[in-house]
Amino acid sequence: MIGLIGKKVGMSQVFGEDGRLMPVTVIEVEPNIVVGKRTQEKDGYSAVVLGAFDQKESRVAKPVLGQYPEGVSPKRCVREFRDFAPDCSVGESVSLAVLENVGFVDVAGTSKGKGFQGVMKRHNFGGGRATHGSKFHRENGSTGMAAWPSRVIKGTKMAGRMGGERSTSQSLRVVRVDAEKGMLLVKGAVPGTRNSYVFISNAKKK
Amino acid sequence: MDLVRMVEAEQEKPEVENFRIGDTVKVHFNIVEGKTERVQVYEGLVIAKNHSGVRRSFTVRKISYGVGVERIFPLASPRIQKVEVVRRGRIRRAKLYYIRGRVGKRAKVAELIRKKSDIKKASE
Repeated sequence: MIGLIGKKVGMSQVFGEDGRLMPVTVIEVEPNIVVGKRTQEKDGYSAVVLGAFDQKESRVAKPVLGQYPEGVSPKRCVREFRDFAPDCSVGESVSLAVLENVGFVDVAGTSKGKGFQGVMKRHNFGGGRATHGSKFHRENGSTGMAAWPSRVIKGTKMAGRMGGERSTSQSLRVVRVDAEKGMLLVKGAVPGTRNSYVFISNAKKK
Repeated sequence: MDLVRMVEAEQEKPEVENFRIGDTVKVHFNIVEGKTERVQVYEGLVIAKNHSGVRRSFTVRKISYGVGVERIFPLASPRIQKVEVVRRGRIRRAKLYYIRGRVGKRAKVAELIRKKSDIKKASE
């Protein structure tokens, strides 16, 4: 698996080779630094710990600072990527070049918070009729059975907080990789606000 | 938004925009049919320009076999080869949507006739 940490910059549009317009998300990817490694023998699984976007040393608590290998400045975003494919050792940097021949990627991030939302927006319920005397508009309807079980089953879809959770956009086409400028263009939208961290990996389903 | 601007700046084609609203233009548009490519010329009146930056687009209206046809072209489209100005128009609006409701002579835009001295001034 390939993994990278990036920052969502915003969306734009690009003309494809056939002259058609394509919506793209611009992701900034500075070279990621390998901060640590997890091995099968020691940790029971293999992974690579990547860090990106420098943090001021004075902002980091000393015990946290000690986690970084020597000569590596502390990072704002540190993430483990399991079964990392490109060979790398601690202290090395992983750049966008690893995506050079990748056609599709998955991009994960924290989705925009939507606040307390009803059941139609949150769970795609159909809702009821708007007119003709209907008194059932955007409600959720029945939440369960009667005498048995006499309670609402856990996990029943209801209104509540929506968004602000991790979500992944799968199989996004890679439109352009510019390792020099640290810029990645993928087709379509990516979860999260501008300037939020996103995690790029090669597409699971392609 | 620096990177976004960079992506957009390299696509802009300022040389295409040599016309104004109210002008009659010929748009040379590349059409791909399977493997062959050909240039189609679409002639009509520019009734609107919209958006900014790379998203700039313009609307060209013409009457084709008695039916009004409007086509919106993205200015930065690589399929536009060139835009030829056939006739300059004298107009007092930024959007000429009022033309849609008019037929015949009333749907015309007066030609812009510029004094020689004005043209000189503009080119300076």
